[in-house]
Amino acid sequence: MISVHGVRKQFGDFTALGDVSLEVAEGSLTALLGPSGSGKSTLLRIIGGLERPDAGTVLIDGEDVTNVPPQRRGIGFVFQHYAAFRHMTVRDNVAFGLRVRKESKARIRDRTSELLGIVGLAGYSERYPNQLSGGQRQRMALARALAVEPRVLLLDEPFGALDAKVRAELREWLRRLHEEVHVTTLLVTHDQEEAMSIADKIAVMDHARIEQVGRPRELYDAPANRFVAGFLGPVSQLGDRLVRPHDIVISVDHVDDGLQAMVSRVIHLGFEVRVELTLADGEPVAAQVTRNASDELELASGDIVWLRAATTSELAPDQPGESPSASSQAIQPIRPPVSTSSASAA
Amino acid sequence: MALSRRARVSLRVLALGYLVALLLIPLTLIFYRTFEDGLTAFWAQVTTPAAISAISLSLTIVAIVVPLNVVFGIVTALALARGRFRGRSIVQAIVDLPFAVSPVIVGVSLILLWGTGGWLGGVAESGFQVIFSLPGMVLATIFVTLPFVVREVEPVLQEIGDEQEEAAATLGASRMQTFWRITLPAIRWGLFYGIVLTVARALGEFGALLVVSGGVSGESQTLTLLVHARYIDDHNVFGAYAASTVLMAFALVTLLLMTTLDRRRETA
Repeated sequence: MISVHGVRKQFGDFTALGDVSLEVAEGSLTALLGPSGSGKSTLLRIIGGLERPDAGTVLIDGEDVTNVPPQRRGIGFVFQHYAAFRHMTVRDNVAFGLRVRKESKARIRDRTSELLGIVGLAGYSERYPNQLSGGQRQRMALARALAVEPRVLLLDEPFGALDAKVRAELREWLRRLHEEVHVTTLLVTHDQEEAMSIADKIAVMDHARIEQVGRPRELYDAPANRFVAGFLGPVSQLGDRLVRPHDIVISVDHVDDGLQAMVSRVIHLGFEVRVELTLADGEPVAAQVTRNASDELELASGDIVWLRAATTSELAPDQPGESPSASSQAIQPIRPPVSTSSASAA
Repeated sequence: MALSRRARVSLRVLALGYLVALLLIPLTLIFYRTFEDGLTAFWAQVTTPAAISAISLSLTIVAIVVPLNVVFGIVTALALARGRFRGRSIVQAIVDLPFAVSPVIVGVSLILLWGTGGWLGGVAESGFQVIFSLPGMVLATIFVTLPFVVREVEPVLQEIGDEQEEAAATLGASRMQTFWRITLPAIRWGLFYGIVLTVARALGEFGALLVVSGGVSGESQTLTLLVHARYIDDHNVFGAYAASTVLMAFALVTLLLMTTLDRRRETA
């Protein structure tokens, strides 16, 4: 379990972290999600002991490790660019942590072989890192980090340097690995899809603060503010309301509570169809419908249609612009649907 | 822009011709002159007491200078590559100073400092001879060879970054373990070239030594000074060629030795 309390970090004039607190539950896989420069990597490095916080405390399994060097924190750290020991074979890389701990030869051999098996690199043990693909190198780095049986596993953009296909495979693989190994894991990523697909919990960061912590579904459906709403997925402004594009209902017949709009473009993306429209006040809005719905409506550019939000679909319309002060642990309650939209439910 | 075949060939011939005319021919000529009269004549010239003394003095200087430069070079390169301290650019400039300052000036400045009446001249008066002796020659050689290890190692450190060292730390390695197991193996190629350049430069140093050594035959005469003395003072031209060949052979052996050593370590 990881507990971070009131951590601050300043790099010159730049505030990397401003009073951040976070709890990562034992055995969970939590993602730190945010745009670049939001402070997520700095927070991870502070937890790992690679940076020192200006203020605040870091606890691992209840032990205050704020002033403990990384060597004695009981962590495993995986870097975006693998940090492979280039002059060592795959086996020696994985064995490194055990060797510096002066474990017995037999124990090192067994544990290393076991881990190479787990990460699927048993046949590559005598190769050098530069003879591996990026995905294999990162699996080696994971095995190396896990070999010393860390209390927590810290992953800094672990799939960021990989191409999309390998990234998706490794993501899936890591999820399964976590189910097997169950070590408390904190993963930094700027990819919301990655965070949504892999993590039990997501902490969304922006501008040196944690904006919201919650399960992926909670963040998507009940974002605390506009930033979280927009970072977790596309949003459309419908009048004074913020909704997901797939929650916009398009009808060709006039509906009383609907907003009139003109179709400007219909884009077929396979199963989904993206409809770009212009509201009567000139504001553009995007809706997403299924192919079947689009076919039934026979949408074409120039058509006049009426838009309304599906029930219980409203996000956080009343917190535009600057985000409110960070509440690190509180999960915002799901807002009840506004009465107008429920009354108009078809 | 693609060059025509003819242009490419003539460029190559030009570059090769330049190297051959300026580097290869003069050096080959010395080898040729050295062994023109057979091995016996060569052997006689390089086993005179003066020659043996010069060879051992040159090698002694190398043996002292190289370890010092390796330690200092790695520490400085680490500080320059990893440290974020004020005056870093000044240190950078100071490290390059020996490239800019003529060795003769180095010799003169050392005499100014250590010689009679110099700031540290008292050391000599108390009985520890610096100028016209081995310590002065070592100091001069360190001065002129100081940049090589730093300049070869620093870019390697920059290139590998500190991620591997951080990874080692998170895996439980102490600073010493990280240095010996991660940093040193990672910089070994740069270090290797730095050492080769240091050895070659240390063996070949002439100007600074000419000033600080006194050049007493059999006492404070290195191989380069021997070549000079034989050629200019003794008019022993053949002896100068022979000593030059020995000098070049040392440099060549250094290069070959270290290449094989490293290859062996690679395959081990």
